[in-house]
Parts: sequence; structure tokens; C-alpha cells
Amino acid sequence: MTTSQFQPGVVPGRLPAEDYCHAFADTAPPLTDHAARVAADRCYFCYDAPCTTACPSDIDVPLFIRQIATGQPEAAAVTILSQNIFGGMCARVCPTETLCEGACVREVAEGKPVEIGLLQRHATDKLQEQGVHPFSRAERTEFSVAVVGAGPAGLACAHRLAMKGHEVTVYDARLKPGGLNEYGIAAYKAPGGFAHKEVAWLLQIGGITVLENWQLGRNGTLEDLLEEHDAVFLGMGLAGVNALSIPGAEYATPATDYIAALRQAEDLSTLPVGRRVVVIGGGMTAVDAAVQAKLLGAETSTIVYRRSQPEMPASLHEQDHAQTHGVQIVPNATPVAIHKEDGGLVVEFARTATRDGKMTVLDDTIRFEADQVFTAIGQTLGATPEGLTITGGKIAIDAQGRTGLAKVWAGGDCATGGEDLTVTASAEGRDAAEDIHAFLMGA
Amino acid sequence: MANLASEFLGIKSPNPFWLASAPPTDKEYNVRRAYEAGWGGVVWKTLGMDGPPVVNVSGPRYGAIHGPDRTLLGLNNIELITDRPLEVNLREIKSVKRDYPDRALVVSLMVPCDEESWKFILGQVEDTGADGVELNFGCPHGMAERGMGAAVGQVPEYIEMVTRWVKQHSRMPCIVKLTPNITDIRKPAEAALRGGADAVSLINTINSITSVDLDLFAPEPTIDGMGTHGGYCGPAVKPIALNMVAEIARNPATRDLPISGIGGVTTWRDAAEFMALGASNVQVCTAVMTYGFRIVEEMIAGLSTFMDQKGFTSTSELVGLAVPKVTDWQYLNLNYTTKAVIAQEDCIKCGRCHVVCEDTSHQAIAMAEDRTVTVKEEDCVACNLCVDVCPTNCITMKEIAVGEMDARTGRPVGTPLNWTEHPNNPTGSGAACAKAPAE
Repeated sequence: MTTSQFQPGVVPGRLPAEDYCHAFADTAPPLTDHAARVAADRCYFCYDAPCTTACPSDIDVPLFIRQIATGQPEAAAVTILSQNIFGGMCARVCPTETLCEGACVREVAEGKPVEIGLLQRHATDKLQEQGVHPFSRAERTEFSVAVVGAGPAGLACAHRLAMKGHEVTVYDARLKPGGLNEYGIAAYKAPGGFAHKEVAWLLQIGGITVLENWQLGRNGTLEDLLEEHDAVFLGMGLAGVNALSIPGAEYATPATDYIAALRQAEDLSTLPVGRRVVVIGGGMTAVDAAVQAKLLGAETSTIVYRRSQPEMPASLHEQDHAQTHGVQIVPNATPVAIHKEDGGLVVEFARTATRDGKMTVLDDTIRFEADQVFTAIGQTLGATPEGLTITGGKIAIDAQGRTGLAKVWAGGDCATGGEDLTVTASAEGRDAAEDIHAFLMGA
Repeated sequence: MANLASEFLGIKSPNPFWLASAPPTDKEYNVRRAYEAGWGGVVWKTLGMDGPPVVNVSGPRYGAIHGPDRTLLGLNNIELITDRPLEVNLREIKSVKRDYPDRALVVSLMVPCDEESWKFILGQVEDTGADGVELNFGCPHGMAERGMGAAVGQVPEYIEMVTRWVKQHSRMPCIVKLTPNITDIRKPAEAALRGGADAVSLINTINSITSVDLDLFAPEPTIDGMGTHGGYCGPAVKPIALNMVAEIARNPATRDLPISGIGGVTTWRDAAEFMALGASNVQVCTAVMTYGFRIVEEMIAGLSTFMDQKGFTSTSELVGLAVPKVTDWQYLNLNYTTKAVIAQEDCIKCGRCHVVCEDTSHQAIAMAEDRTVTVKEEDCVACNLCVDVCPTNCITMKEIAVGEMDARTGRPVGTPLNWTEHPNNPTGSGAACAKAPAE
């Protein structure tokens, strides 16, 4: 049954059933074979290419594009995946406009970079659609490694270790592996169950056992893992969220919870959404929540950010994406209280200004009526084992991913360094695996 | 707009853009469309002997080389001369010529190497009212195996003999079309002149295999699992054609022989280049087979604009302007010195000039940490490779004047000196100087 877009409150089915599929379709549709050849032809095969330098996982971009241009997208995929086993997902979710494509010399020349992200997707899709897993395991070793967290960092680490011949057990707190790829990113960035398929494809390497619904601290300790395995990699991401500390905070929902529910919904028409949605925050999570609420049929969806718009952590591309999907962005307003009134919620904000680099709160207040309020004001490290050094709310690691504890490595969002991107997590998992391997083999 | 009216061997056409003898000129239907589109002239696709028509393959007859976005750079064909009955072609030629008296219509011919065959066909063509004939001594595949086309064009004596028959049995202007599949293009041109040819046209297509099917392991185009060499044409052959045109234009023996330039002409600029090297007009095929007849509009507007800019009032003023500048290597000024200059504001820092100079040339372009590329004048030999590979065309060559220091040699640039005068040339006039220290 369809309810109207204008029905007050938080209700499911605001759109006709057949519209959900269209609303959540691929935000950047894949290139056709012809379009891929045209796009690949634009690459100049730069020396010491800036795109590769800009890539956190050091993918040899000019080489893989040349391989597409010469008719071997599958070989291109191997070039990509040998550096970044999540090359398929990164092709979909990477902020390419600030990484490879932002560095492309054709961005400088014409303001139109080579479509590296779409080309990467073209190549990896070709290989993965065939079910081909191009990597194999080295001769088995006697070592086993525990990986905590089945997100991009943990699985990239596990895959590389399995390739080296080690046995890997991945412990994950959720019911499905994939981490934020499965539970976090916006649905329209990886439709068609891609996150799930990619993990299944990755596990084809063999030698990796995934234990689901197993949380560090709840189901076992770091000591337990160290006893059972020869090394441990921690890649459990950020389990907690920052909470609002204002009157009425209990009326707000963490955006990450809502996004996870959306990602796992069998039928999006059953997911309730407010007529008027307010998202407090200014990062990618805020954009993902606000845009998806709009796509689910919210009449209005508003992002309210406490600082100025140029200071928003969400990239310009993400901001554009939000605004072209009808999301209103209100900068310079910090939440003061959420009031429950007849007919819904009212979120009260104080206007802010930035003076001398510092945010000051002004006397002026504005109020937004809302049916649903989300918070997207940052995620936090959950409970961590004792003995780890925590710096800036993250597990401190060195360049090889080593923590202060012997035989314990960490990477991804839970660890220092990186920008909390899938691509960074994947690269950190890979590099930690190389270091663990060197350690185990006594190098 | 400059008037492009052109006269070639007394044949008038409203512009110097003709269609070459090829698939686009095989039928009345195509030729009428070409004239309607604005083409100044047409060389009708080669007619052969009366009798059972020529048989073409019924599989693919073209193969191609592509650039980015499948831009067609080179085309190869294994098509033969017209496969339509002679009388049909003759009837159509007559009809078209009657309806388009202001356009050039030349008929390409290829019959066996006996005088009677040529005498017969010439009589037939003369009756159509066509403006002239072009002798196809160039087709490199199929017909050459039967002793015609390139089989004639590769033997200067045959060229001379057949040309003489043609001039003897016809009053029509006679153009001899030359094959590039020889070692010295001057010889067949001289033979044509001796035989009485009024002009030569060149180049015909080049023997080629465009590609190999790596599943069948067979050349493409593939006919039932087999392939044969075809004739290569299109933009890729233009440099070869320009050189051959220039060789004939600057050869004292043939310098007054009119030339119709053929080979990869695609734009007004290509046409102007052929004409500057001595061609009185140009013939086009691959470009219309790639884009259709309408491209002539760009060619007409482009050449007119160019002529206006240069102050030319007739295309004949352009013909041959570059011929005196074509010389032998030994006469180039070896003291002429240039250095690469990079316009930093236009550089996009792709680093290709650096890597090709580093890997394949003289290590004369440095690349800094911030990717800024700079020329090391002390190592730059001015080879021009950086200019050629730069995607934004931001590198130019700066001339170092006589007397100014060349950072590479550590000596001032000298006055003009060519190889014949150079002290290092053991047979040159300057050889004796080598014994004394050069100053």
C-alpha cells in the first residue's frame, strides 16, 4: 500500500512500489564496452603518473587503462586487484574527484579528467562477473592469523595472508561480512548486492574462515586470539557514534543505524521515513542519510552543519550530489535542543559564525520542524583491548601497521592514519599482511 | 571568398577537389550525389575489358587501422576494378557528364597490355563525352596477378608503351596513375612523360596487411580463413604520398609534368600541402568513405579562407610553392641550431617529454619533484621528439642565432655549413679543413 509523500509522521511506502528500484538505481551507471574504449583512449600514459601517486592503494592506473584500451579488461582487473582487492568497491565509492581523477593531467588540461573510477569498475566488473578469481595461494605455511573485523581492512589483510599460504580466521561482530561496504555506504553506490558478491568473490582464494556474530570482548579476548594464532590484525572499524548532548537528544537516531537498516532491508517500501527529515552533521554519512531519506520519499530533507559550507567534510562532489537530489544544506547552525511538540519534532539550532578561525555561537536561533532527526556527527572507537596505545581516539600504529603490542597489527578506520576511506582501509590491510608475513617467516 | 576554379590539362572544375577512382565513383548514383555535394570532379572507377564482368569477393573487402575513439587512420582494400558491365558504366558516364557539364569527369581504365584492347576501350570512352582518361597502373592486388595495374606500373617500359598507345589512339588528356610499390617514384613518372602522358596522379594504394586475426591466425580482411595483401590508403599514407609528389615535382626531368595529388587527403589543409608540393589538384577517397561526401564543404571553405588569408586569387598561385624548399639531406645547414622551449603555463605535467627524452633520446628534459619539466640546453640536440609527443603542444623550438652560444657544444653557432662543405665529410669540399683545427 502506498502512503502519500505528504503524510505526516514516519511511515513506510511513501513511493509507488515500482519507484524504489529506479530511485536506488546505480548512481554512476557502468560504461558500455564502447564508452570504456573511448574513455581509455583519453589516458596519456603519464610518466610517474599523478593518478597513481594520488591513489592510497597505489594502483598502476595508466597500465590498467592501457590494458583496457588494448582489449584486455580482465588483465586490467588483475593490475587493479593485485594492489587493491577491493578495487571493485573502490571504483564505486572512492572520492575519485579528490584522488586519482583530481590529479589527472586532463583535469588540468580540460577540466575533464579521464574517467578512472568508471574504467576501474569496467575492468573489475568484467573479471568478477565471470567469477574468475585470478589469485592463488602459495605453498601452505604452518601459521595462522586472526583478523578482527570483516570490513575492507580485515578482508584485504586476510586475502593477502591467504595468498602467502597462511590460514586466516576472520572474526566479525555483524551477521554478514563486509563491514561498512555491506552496512555503511549508500545503497545507490553499490546496488545489486555488490558488497556481498565482492566478499564471496574475495573468499574464493581459500584459506579464510569467517566467524560471524563474534565480537572482541564479548566472545573472546585479544589474549585468547594470541594464544590460538600466531598474529592478530585488528580491523574492527569504529563501532560507536558520537552522541548529541542537548535536551531531547533521545529523539534523534544515529544516521549509521538508519543506513545499516536501509542496506539490509529486503524491501525498501517497508522502511519508514519521515515527511520532514533533518540530518545533523556535515560528512559523507550525513549526505548518505539525507539523500537516501529523500529517495525514500521524504518531502524535505535538510542537512544542518554547524560550520560554514566550505568547511564541510563531505566533498564538493558529495554536496552537489545531495543538492541535486533535493537536499537542502543549511550551514552555520549548531543544535541546541530537540522538542517534541504536537505533530512532530522541532529541532532548535543556534546560528554560528567563524571568526579568526574559531566558531562562535550567536544569539540568533532557527527552528526546523521534523518528523525524523538523524545525527551524523562522527563515529568512535568501541571498547578496545587493554595495552593498546590510543591516539586521537584511534589505535596507534606505525607505517607497517604494528601496534605497541607484540604480534598485534591494526588498520582501517579503527587505526591512526588514513582518511577513513575504503581504499585506505584496503591498502592498510594489505600492507599489514605483508609485514605480518615477513614477521612470521622470520625475515 | 577566393575563387577555387581549377583547370587541369584543360579540364575545368569549380574546385580542385576530385574524387579518386574507387568505390565512391563506381556508379551514376554515387557520382550524382558527389556532384550535388559539391565535388569539383570525379575519376570514374576503373573500367576493364568488355566481356564477362570482374568478380569481387563476397566477404569483407576492407580492413582498417584505428586511432583513439576508432578514428580511421588507414584503410586497406582487396576490391577489384568495377564489377559492372562495361556498357552500363559507359551509359551512366554519358548521362552524368551531360547533366553536369561544369564538373570534371575522367574515366579510369585498365585493360590487358595489348594495343587492340586499349584502342577499343578508348573509343568507347571518347563517345561518352568524358573529359579525359586516367590509366590505372597502380592497383596492387588481384588485377596485378593478371598482368595489369601495378604489374604495369612497376615496369617503366610498360608504362611508356601503354601511354604511347593511349596518346596515339585518343585525343583525350591522359593521366597516368602511379603505384607507390616501387623503389624510386621518379622512374615511372619519367616513363609516363616519355610515353606522352599529360599528367601523373599519385599515389595509388600501398601493399599491406592491416591486421591479423589472432584466433584464426589469418590476415584481415579474412576470406574463408585466408587473406591476401590489399591496397593501403587514408591519412596514414599521406606522408609517403607527399614525398613521392615532391620527388616528381623537383625532378628536373619531370618538373613541368602536371600532378594530381592522392593519398590521405582529408581536409583543406592536406589539399593545400599537396598543392604546395606541386600537385595542381587533389583526389580524395578514404575521407569520403569515412565521413561521406559532405566533407567537401569544409575543404572548399577551408581552402578559400586560407587563400584569402594568403592573398591568393587562384589555386595555381599555391601550386609548387614548397617545391624549392625540398632538398637533399646533404644540403641542410648543419650549423642551424634550435633548442626546445616549454611554455610552462600550458604544461599539464604529464611527464611524457621527460620520459621519452630520458628513455629514448638525449636526457635533456629534467623533471622536478613538483613535476615541472625543464629543458637542459647543454644536452638538447633539438630532435623535436618532445614537441611530437606533447599532448598540449606546449613545446616549441627556439632558433639560436648565428654567433650566439650553443650550450651543448660550448661554441657560438656558426654560419651556414652543409655536409658537402663539412670538414668531417671525407669526399666534401671542406675535407682539407679537417686537418687544421676548426675555428
